[in-house]
Amino acid sequence: MHIHALDTYCPGTSPIHRLDPRVKLVLTGLFILTAALVPDREWGAFGALEALVLLTILLSSVGLVRVQRRSAVAMPFVLAALTVAFSTPGRVLWRLPLPGIPLTVTDAGLLRFLSIAARSYLSVQAAILLAATTPFPDLLWGMRALRIPRTLVAITGFLYRYLFVLADEARRMLQAREARSGAPDGRGGGSVAWRAQVTGSMAGTLFLRSYERSERIYMAMLARGYDGTVRTLSPPSLRLVDWIVGLLVGMLLAALLLLTFDA
Amino acid sequence: MLFSTTHPTPTPMHIPDGFLSLAVALVGWVVAAVGVGLALWRSREALGERQVPLMGVLAAFIFAAQMLNFTVAGGTSGHLLGGALAAILLGPWAGILTMTTVVAVQALLFQDGGLLVMGANITNMAVIACLVGYGVYRGVRLLVGERRWSLLAGGFAAAWASVVAAAAACAIELGFSGTSPIGVALPAMAGIHALIGIGEGLITVGALALVSRARPDLVEMGRAGSVGGFRWALTGLAVALALTLLSPLASPHPDGLERVAEDLGFIEAAQEAPFEVIPDYVFPGLSNEALATIVAGVVGTIIVFGIAVGVAALYRRRVAVEA
Repeated sequence: MHIHALDTYCPGTSPIHRLDPRVKLVLTGLFILTAALVPDREWGAFGALEALVLLTILLSSVGLVRVQRRSAVAMPFVLAALTVAFSTPGRVLWRLPLPGIPLTVTDAGLLRFLSIAARSYLSVQAAILLAATTPFPDLLWGMRALRIPRTLVAITGFLYRYLFVLADEARRMLQAREARSGAPDGRGGGSVAWRAQVTGSMAGTLFLRSYERSERIYMAMLARGYDGTVRTLSPPSLRLVDWIVGLLVGMLLAALLLLTFDA
Repeated sequence: MLFSTTHPTPTPMHIPDGFLSLAVALVGWVVAAVGVGLALWRSREALGERQVPLMGVLAAFIFAAQMLNFTVAGGTSGHLLGGALAAILLGPWAGILTMTTVVAVQALLFQDGGLLVMGANITNMAVIACLVGYGVYRGVRLLVGERRWSLLAGGFAAAWASVVAAAAACAIELGFSGTSPIGVALPAMAGIHALIGIGEGLITVGALALVSRARPDLVEMGRAGSVGGFRWALTGLAVALALTLLSPLASPHPDGLERVAEDLGFIEAAQEAPFEVIPDYVFPGLSNEALATIVAGVVGTIIVFGIAVGVAALYRRRVAVEA
C-alpha cells in the first residue's frame, strides 16, 4: 500500500470540482462562519445549512456515505462538550440512575449540547467536501489569493510534496520493526518506557534522514537557479460562473443569518 | 495492513469547528498571526534562502513522525506530537513554523481540527507548545549545565510541559466558549495529557539521544538562531503564567461546576486537607474571588518554579564541589 491512498481528494469532473478553488475556500469559510454565528436552538437555520451541504455533496458526486463516514473524525471531541448537558442550570430532564450520584441532565444543557454538536457536524462536512473536490496544490494558490504570506504557503507546499515520501519512509520503518520483533498476542515486548524509547530512536533516525534529504533538495534547487523566492504561475482569473456561484451562495448564507436574527 | 485509519490515534487536542465561540476563535487567530509572523521573520533571518526547503521537509518529518506509534496497553497506542522536539532541534521560531504548517495541513487535508478554529489550534499546538517546550528546555540546560544528561532531562521536561500547556490552553478556550465548564475541562485535559506527556517525553528523549550521538552538530543548531537562554526560559515561564492567569476567568457559567458539586454533595463532603499553603486556592485577605484565584495561581507557579531553581542550584553546587 502506498501512503498516497491517504490523500482525501476524490478525482472527478463535477460542477463542484470545476469551481474555482478560491471561491470554494471562501465559501467553505463563510459556511463555517455562518454555522458558528447561528444562535443555539435555531434548528430551522441548522436544517437549512444541512440541506445546503447535502445538496452540494450530491452535486459533487463524492458520495454521501463516504462524507458521513469521514465526519466521525470530530466525534471524540463531542465528549468534551457533553459536560455542558450536566452543568447548565435548567429544568431537570433526566437523573443519572446511579444511587448516591445525583447528576442531572437539564433541558437547557441538552439543547446547548445538541447545538454545539450540530455546528461541529455541519462544519466538518463542509471541510471534507472542500478537501474531496479540490486538489491540494489548488488549495495552496487559493490560500495565496487570500493573502496568506508567500513563504508560509511555500513551506506548506513543500510539506505536502514530501509528506507522502516521508510517511512512506515511516511506514517502512514500522514494517521493519514489526518484522524484527515478536509481539505475543498483541502485547509488545519489553516495558512501555523501553518501547517508547525505541520509537524515539526511530523518530531520531527519521529526523536525520529528513534533514539530509532537505539538504539534498536545497542543493538541487540551487543547481536549478533557486534564489530564495518561490515563483509560481499566476492563477487564472475567475470565470463568470465562479462569480455567480460565489455571490449567490454568499448572499444565501447572509440572508439565512438575517432571517435567523430577525425571528 | 499497518494503517487501518488515515491518521494516527486521535489525541483530544485538535479542536473541531463548532466547539469554540467566534470571539475565542478570533483571539486564537490574532495570537497565531503574531506568533507565526514573528517566526517567519526570525527564521528568515537565521536561515535565509534555505528557509523554505528546510522548513517544508522538516514539517513533513513531524507529520510522518506522528505515525510512529508504540503499544501502551489494552489496544491503545501512543505517538509523538512533536512540538518540543521541533523546538529543541530547530530552534523555537522554526519549530513554530513547522508545527503551524502541520496543523494547517491536518485541518485542510484530513479535517483533523477545524478551519475557523485553526488559529486557536495553531496557538495551542505550535505557538504555546514550542514556546513553553523551548523555555523549559533552556531553563533546565541553564540550571544544570551543558551535559549530555541535561539534554535528555531537558528534553523530557520540555516535551511533557509542552503537551500539558497546549492541553491547558485548549481547556481554557473551551471554557471561555462556554462549551465545557473550565472546572471540568481543565483537570480532565491536563490530567489526560499529563499521562500522554510522559510518552511524548520518552519518545523525545529517544530521538534526542540518537541525534546527539549521530550528528551532535545538529543538536547545537537549534541554539544558533536564539540569543540568550535566560530570555527563553523567562518566555516559557511567562506563557505558563499567562495560562494560569486566564484559567479562573474562563467561566461564563461560574455556577455550573458548583451546581454539579452541590448535586454530588461534594460541597458538604469537601474535607479540609491536612495542611495547605494556600487554602482553597484562594489567597487570604483578597475580597474579589477571581482576583484572589489569579494571585493564588501566580504564587503557586512561582513557588514551583522557585523550588525547581533551588534544587537545581543546590545540585549544581554539589557537582562543582565534587569535580
